[in-house]
Amino acid sequence: MENGSDVQGQQQHPISLYFKVWGLLFVLSGFSYAVDYLQVQGELRWALIIIFMFLKAGLIVAVFMHMVWERMAFVLAILMPPLCILVLIALMSIEADYTYFNRLFFFND
Amino acid sequence: MENSALAKTTSVDVLIEDWASDKDAFKNVSWGKAMMWIFLLSDTFIFSCFLVGYMSVRMTTAEPWPNSSEVFALTIMGEHIPLILIAIMTFVLITSSGTMAMAVNCGYRNQPKQAAILMLVTAGFGLCFVGMQAFEWSKLIEEGVRPWGNPMGAAQFGAIFFMVTGFHGFHVSIGVIYLIIVALKVLRGDYEDRGYEIVEITGLYWHFVDLVWVFIFAFFYLW
Repeated sequence: MENGSDVQGQQQHPISLYFKVWGLLFVLSGFSYAVDYLQVQGELRWALIIIFMFLKAGLIVAVFMHMVWERMAFVLAILMPPLCILVLIALMSIEADYTYFNRLFFFND
Repeated sequence: MENSALAKTTSVDVLIEDWASDKDAFKNVSWGKAMMWIFLLSDTFIFSCFLVGYMSVRMTTAEPWPNSSEVFALTIMGEHIPLILIAIMTFVLITSSGTMAMAVNCGYRNQPKQAAILMLVTAGFGLCFVGMQAFEWSKLIEEGVRPWGNPMGAAQFGAIFFMVTGFHGFHVSIGVIYLIIVALKVLRGDYEDRGYEIVEITGLYWHFVDLVWVFIFAFFYLW
């Protein structure tokens, strides 16, 4: 029972694991806040924000929402569809660049 | 032995077996849990659309975007601290996620009373979060931020702010009500025969609300 779900699909895991993840989430949030507090700027700022964000999101989904212990069939059914959003992000950023260019072009004179 | 069983159910071979088995692809996943996850998946798309909309708006504006670090700064005991309110809100929400995880754990250990108390504590942190959000909204409205304009810069800032944080705050409020209802039902003994998976399902919703906040915090407040 150490590490995994039993036959009824129940999720029972050592409480110490939750405490560790909880602590980590605090530390990571502290780091994200420090990025702003210390006024880190430019590409380093964006990289740090994204890294801390994905680490936090990953920990929440994996441990608090028990995704590491679910069956592969279920995990993929839930976690794959959001990848479509990457396409939306790509399309919208191309569109936004074009709009921005036009605004600069027409509003500036 | 337990580890090899775990390796089996999480592997790709079993994935193919599960999906090829004619019916019941999600084995050992109760319908309540599967449906909550599917609802959360749809909610993921809603919030993603908001955040992608925010991205478009921010990329297209020709005016400077207000500096969130300054907009959300507070002066506490004579000290001017940037973004402090949002940092506190983040920590409150993470704390509530932790107490929720403990509640789920207690539920599965068959300690309904502790589970219910921890759920009520979680709801309390949620209320605290919504309260701070109300404070933040009134502060910004007082400073002249409106959905159609604001004194600090790009007009779209207000529209995005009220829409995204409003929708998230609405989710937190619903979550608080949901938690209280389930906690009271647990205390009343409604789940004595069925077991306490309901606590995990409620927890999924609550962790999702925290998850969305992680993204809002990164993209809206820190970017």
